[in-house]
Amino acid sequence: MKGKAVRYNKWGYIFLMPFIIVYVVFQLIPMVTTIYNSFFENYMSGLNQIGPNFVGFDNYVSLFSSGDIWIYAKNTMILWIMCFIPQILLSLLLGAWFSDVRLKLKGARFFKTVIYLPNLIMASAFSMLFFTLFSDGGPINSILMQIGIIDTPYKFLSNVGSTRGLIAFMNCLMWFGNTTILLMAGMMGIDTSLFEAAEVDGATSTQVFFQITLPLLRPILVYVMITSLIGGLQLFDVPQILTNGTGDPMRSTMTLIMFLNKHLYSKNYGMAGALSVVLFIITGILSLVIFKVTGNDKRKG
Amino acid sequence: MKKKIVSALLCAAMTATMIAGCGNNAGASTNAGTGNAGTTDAGTADADTADAAGTETADAGSDTTAAAGDEGKVLNIYCWNEEFKSRITDHYPGYTKVDATSGTIGDVTVKWNITPNDDNAYQNNLDATLLKQADAAADDKIDLFLVEADYALKYVDTDYAMPVADLGITDADLANQYQYTKDIVTDSNGVLKGVSWQGCPGVLFYNREAAKEVLGSDDPATVQEAVKDWDTFNETAKTLKDAGYSIVSSVNDTYRVYSNNVTSKWVVDGKINIDENIMNWVNDSKELVDAGETGTHDLWSDDWSAGFYPEGKVFAYFGPAWLVNFSMAADTEGSIGNAGGWGATEGPQGFFWGGTWICAAAGTDNAGLVKDIMLQMTTNEDIMKEIVVKDDDFVNNKNVMETMAEDTKYSSKILGGQNPLAMYCAGVESLDLSNLSPYDQGCNEEFQKAMKNYFQGNATLDEALELFYTAVLEKYPELSR
Amino acid sequence: MENMNQETTKGLGIHARRTIAYVVLAIVTFFCLFWFYVLFINATRSNGELQAGFSALPSNNLIKNWTNLVNGTLPIWSGLLNSLIVATASAALCVYFSTMTAYAIHAYEFKAKRFIYPFILMIMMIPTQVTALGFVQLVSKMKLEDSFIPLIIPSIAAPVTFFYMKQYMESSLPLSLIEAARIDGSGEFRTFNTIVLPLMKPAIAVQAIFTFVSSWNNYFTPALILHDDKKKTLPILIAQLRSADWLKFDMGQVYVMIAFSIFPVIVVYLILSKHIVQGVALGSVKG
Repeated sequence: MKGKAVRYNKWGYIFLMPFIIVYVVFQLIPMVTTIYNSFFENYMSGLNQIGPNFVGFDNYVSLFSSGDIWIYAKNTMILWIMCFIPQILLSLLLGAWFSDVRLKLKGARFFKTVIYLPNLIMASAFSMLFFTLFSDGGPINSILMQIGIIDTPYKFLSNVGSTRGLIAFMNCLMWFGNTTILLMAGMMGIDTSLFEAAEVDGATSTQVFFQITLPLLRPILVYVMITSLIGGLQLFDVPQILTNGTGDPMRSTMTLIMFLNKHLYSKNYGMAGALSVVLFIITGILSLVIFKVTGNDKRKG
Repeated sequence: MKKKIVSALLCAAMTATMIAGCGNNAGASTNAGTGNAGTTDAGTADADTADAAGTETADAGSDTTAAAGDEGKVLNIYCWNEEFKSRITDHYPGYTKVDATSGTIGDVTVKWNITPNDDNAYQNNLDATLLKQADAAADDKIDLFLVEADYALKYVDTDYAMPVADLGITDADLANQYQYTKDIVTDSNGVLKGVSWQGCPGVLFYNREAAKEVLGSDDPATVQEAVKDWDTFNETAKTLKDAGYSIVSSVNDTYRVYSNNVTSKWVVDGKINIDENIMNWVNDSKELVDAGETGTHDLWSDDWSAGFYPEGKVFAYFGPAWLVNFSMAADTEGSIGNAGGWGATEGPQGFFWGGTWICAAAGTDNAGLVKDIMLQMTTNEDIMKEIVVKDDDFVNNKNVMETMAEDTKYSSKILGGQNPLAMYCAGVESLDLSNLSPYDQGCNEEFQKAMKNYFQGNATLDEALELFYTAVLEKYPELSR
Repeated sequence: MENMNQETTKGLGIHARRTIAYVVLAIVTFFCLFWFYVLFINATRSNGELQAGFSALPSNNLIKNWTNLVNGTLPIWSGLLNSLIVATASAALCVYFSTMTAYAIHAYEFKAKRFIYPFILMIMMIPTQVTALGFVQLVSKMKLEDSFIPLIIPSIAAPVTFFYMKQYMESSLPLSLIEAARIDGSGEFRTFNTIVLPLMKPAIAVQAIFTFVSSWNNYFTPALILHDDKKKTLPILIAQLRSADWLKFDMGQVYVMIAFSIFPVIVVYLILSKHIVQGVALGSVKG
């Protein structure tokens, strides 16, 4: 038996080869350089290369000494939570409805198809539309003024709350379809006879959802949470384009990656590298927490 | 085989053009129309090589690799949009279009390397390629690249851009060009390293209806009296506000006018320096915004361009000829421009907006052709006139523009029949752009962005300035405050 | 909130619950489709009309904008073809090899697995923007500029897709099935291609869409690698159109081009989304 397993298990390595090779060439090398660079002063001044000069932990020190990094980390978390909570609730709700055999929604296929569509629009195009709609003289303001909620145009992109709200709303809109599809695909993997049996036993939809669907969905839920967290920490394009890279007002919507992008302008590999390493550590810790909390037991796989 | 015949031709052409001298340029451009321009142009280009080679030997430091008469077969041009390509296609004698990204001039293949500006991609690409310039194969070397005013010095102040004198272009060749277009591409040692075919002098375009209503007349002289300096300008803003008009659409409209008239550079001895005139902009703008006399919109946003229409209630825009001709919805019914409702006057201070400069990359193996392109496209008066007529550009040639300005038949429909050319010409004559630095792009952008927070009341002046310093230091780690 | 919703609907009849569901779905649908309507409206308006601000009604410049775009200097058809090649190849390689990698971790026991699995999870967390500049340097050293290879091949190693496939296998790919195939004498590679891949169809369709769309809409990396107009993908051409000089600047054309470049993704999405829905039937057969 054991010999046989070994014979099969060499295939594990074979199947892993393409991934490993491509990974090492196209990602590991750039990544190792990134970490290596974080210990050097290394940037471009115009067309002149400054450095690389070894500076030890200086980049890390200057990163933390200004304290700004915590503000950006906070912004990122706020934006992620503002986007993730409504998104996961909506996705679970839709997922539950779509998978509820008794609800028998008509046109479910149409709705399932429609929800992913916003993701097909490029973030830059999406932001262009939002600019137009939410500008001081735009349609949203004129509607609000006509129905008498406000009498002067509300400057959506000049107020912290509304700017964050818009970013979260856009992100939520772009990604809830994605999340719902993931959950649905997970729900489809669930043995339908379980639902039928539950129905025979007279379980309510709520019971079915919490007792059967959610536990069986756990691997996918963990995936959704972790990728959403990673995506959230990497939040970049929507706030970048919507605020024209400024993170206005007063950098209250500046995310960590937008901050990173600032350093890439001068090809500041040193600071960018240090920031990446910090980001990497933060993500790692948070993901570990999620793994622990959700109790994802690897042996089960 | 082919090469030998070509070089034989070159020699013949060289002697011919040397005798023909300056007259040849004009001849080449007339020939372009007749269809057999190809050979003549090859001649022109190669004759220039001889000149260029001459100067190169004198300048031993130059790392130009081209030997006399043996030019590279590929001309690589780096730019960020189609503008220069269409100018060359339409006006350079002997350019034949092959497809969207290549063409030929004589037996030289022209390769267009177009990278859009978004995310700084153009400069990133240009930087990376220039840094490899020394090791690149002759045919892969950049020969020409284009820059804009805001970051021109970043390239001009390095050895990657070639002095135009090294190409054999003399001050006399460029005598008719506007001084400000030379200031922008002159490096810190006073060496000129680029040329431009455009002039973009700016004026103040005012809404004639609003002028009649508020100032009693839409005559340029009357309006000028109301905007002749910044104090009067700000007083007029109050009057306009009472009549329901914003004096300008946004504070960003006036920024350029202030920042073109500074008396010190953004960076002095590695330290960030905020000029007095820039601070004047901040103080004046804050007052205007607080009094509701203007907005804080970004340029090109919907709110900014609303004033192109009468309902937008904007009194004036600052801009060059191209703004009013092409960007202010003159072709759309209902717009002010469509009804000929704009007027032009000098405004409080002279300024410019826009423009593209052509630089030769050091190490080019096509020095002769590069020189010819520079001369043809920026000094040949026939071509300059063609560009004015066909593309409505304001060309960088005093003679041509002054002739047009005196032409009583020329008038602008958009400006209600006014001929504004003399006004454009006058504004830039006095412009002094010796206070540019390689950091202008970043500093100007970040300053406007940071101050927006102050104007909108999201930060105090000190907080906004603090934000400005932070942002600039992120972009340019080598600076200090 | 989810909980409350469930609790309150518990007592409600099936009809009331259905009504609530339809109302919510109608609102969601509105928010999903509204943008396409705005895009379409904007594509029918001229540059001057667009500057005048938003309008809810279409104008009559659609054909004119389209003709201007097609007769302009941008090679939009080759852009479309390039985008199709890059996105299709990336999606195909990505899902195939990610499934293969996930299968390696899921179905086999080998020593290195203990390190490789956490390692892949770890690298998943590295922000892509971080390595981008290093990546471009590498590409230029390998002389792969203006080539599609650096845009396509790296998708073989996509930790996020791998992770999804792995999670999906945990819930839907019983090892007993593989054992059965082995007993039937099926080779490992054949088992993977003929048994595992079909079972993974819903997951593959899902990830194929995601990869296709993100590759289709990717601007950052292609902009740094592709400089020859004939090699450029649609997002770069759109950016180029937007940075046009003042003589040619025309937002009407930009919107037409955006609409033009979204259209193929919608088609691809509709084709692939069918497979997701079909996955339902597949799941029940398996059960």
